[in-house]
Amino acid sequence: AGLFVWRLRNTGVPQIPCQFVHFYHVANNRLITFQYFNFLKRMYVTQCNKDLRQRAKPKVDSIVSPFHELQQLDQEKKIVHKNSPVSPVHQSGSETSSINELRETKSAARTEDSTIHVGAESKEDRQWKEMKLRLDDLPGILARLSKIKLTALVVSTTSAGFAMAPVPFELTCFLLASIGTGLASCAANSINQFFEVPFDSNMNRTKNRPLVRGQISPLLAVCFAASCGIPGIALLTLGVNPLTGALGAFNIFLYTCCYTPLKRMSIANTWVGAVVGAIPPMMGWTAATGSLDAGALLLGGILYSWQFPHFNALSWGLREDYSRGGYCMMSVTHPGLCRRVALRHCLALIGLSVVAPVLDVTTWTFPIVSLPINLYISYLGFRFYRDADRSSSRKLFFCSLWHLPMLLLVMFTCKKSILEKEDKGDLPGGSHQTAMEIRLP
Amino acid sequence: PPAHSRSDWIGPPDPHSNLRPVIFYAPPGESALERRLREARQEAQASNQRFWARHNRAFRQEKEEFIYSRLKAKGVEMRDESGHKATLNAEEMADFYKDFLSKNLKKHLQYNRDWYKHNFRITFLMGQVALVRALRWLRWRKKNVEQ
Repeated sequence: AGLFVWRLRNTGVPQIPCQFVHFYHVANNRLITFQYFNFLKRMYVTQCNKDLRQRAKPKVDSIVSPFHELQQLDQEKKIVHKNSPVSPVHQSGSETSSINELRETKSAARTEDSTIHVGAESKEDRQWKEMKLRLDDLPGILARLSKIKLTALVVSTTSAGFAMAPVPFELTCFLLASIGTGLASCAANSINQFFEVPFDSNMNRTKNRPLVRGQISPLLAVCFAASCGIPGIALLTLGVNPLTGALGAFNIFLYTCCYTPLKRMSIANTWVGAVVGAIPPMMGWTAATGSLDAGALLLGGILYSWQFPHFNALSWGLREDYSRGGYCMMSVTHPGLCRRVALRHCLALIGLSVVAPVLDVTTWTFPIVSLPINLYISYLGFRFYRDADRSSSRKLFFCSLWHLPMLLLVMFTCKKSILEKEDKGDLPGGSHQTAMEIRLP
Repeated sequence: PPAHSRSDWIGPPDPHSNLRPVIFYAPPGESALERRLREARQEAQASNQRFWARHNRAFRQEKEEFIYSRLKAKGVEMRDESGHKATLNAEEMADFYKDFLSKNLKKHLQYNRDWYKHNFRITFLMGQVALVRALRWLRWRKKNVEQ
């Protein structure tokens, strides 16, 4: 994870003639997207593996429910405090020895192959841990709290929106917009985890989050969210433009105060969540141009439509957890609708790709070049619609992971050059903006 | 956790509720505010534990009953020749999941409200405690500097 975040930061290249900037950008983008895909695939595959492994473990747990022991200990502790200075309680003594035993097995397990990682982790999991914050753990904890990988993905959609805007590329603006969006995303994700602790504990996918494991206190999570969100929005409002800042703040609000509670109330949450995903590229566009024009809405529309095959396919395999956890998802309550909507939006992506050149965002090569990948995802969407089984949902989900970066990349390479527009006299700036002319391959 | 420890300890997930129990440390010089915080956390923990243990147990039970009734309807035994438990595939279970979710929706709405209330209160108290401690530390430092 560290490596791939570092690569993302590398795109801040010092002043070079812009042709290079764009080639470099494109090349880097490809590297990043390829890494994303591989990385994400590994992440999801290993998670699925973990899932399978955990199910294979024997159900019978010889450890007595720790909660009863807990209550006893608590009471004994209180009594000890009231009476006299500490004389070690018998049970706590035995527990320290068992903790030491576990520690030894843990260190032995660590030296083993990384594929047995799950075993070692679960042993560590069964220990009692002191709730003290260790500073060297903090970066990792905060990374997981802010869902750093998802944040990176969001920032990359924002930069795609920025890159697609029909204005000369400005590096500082781009960096400020990316950093601001990244901070806003960290804040939103932290608040989301803050709200969802008991639910996350009950779902396999999310039970290793920092707040669930007690690695960080809720107060610290909120402070972290505030210390990311406030500077992030301020950066966007003051360093970029107020419209982008407003969109960022609105998106945080939408995600934390609408989407998160709505998840447990109605299936409408999926549509709200799709809007949340659609706003970052619009923010990138407004950061570059300062206004919300048709191109921004188009990009937002593409991301909005993409969310449905992505999320509906993912949620298909999580139905048991959602049902038990009390989450209202289409895949559980309206499975037919779930698949219909996924297919509908795959087809919508084709339609939106055709609209792009109409709005002068790209040339007409874009719908033609993107047709194969759009048709492929629509085909998988159709298979999912017809078969409604785990394998078709997984195929659709994994396809969505590479489909989006590829689509954005193709869109970028087919971007309508400003020069063409200037010739037509479309751009208001006219011949002034020759500083960084964009010539596309 | 060892008896001499001066911090809270968090344990492995409870097998019924999947929540991790916390043993709270009550320092000898605990102020009223800190006591309120600790009690709020204990109360929230107990309430969460009760809800989820009961809910998960109900889920497991109802799932077993559903599988049993469906298998019976199909005329299949609960255990096949090799002694493995017969299960239904995901599509057949989907009906159960849908049913269970809609049955428990109201219960969840009530729990959500309670959980949000607990969460906000605890975090707010934590903030107050942290503030008081910070002020106390600043005052102590000021006194030390003056000496």
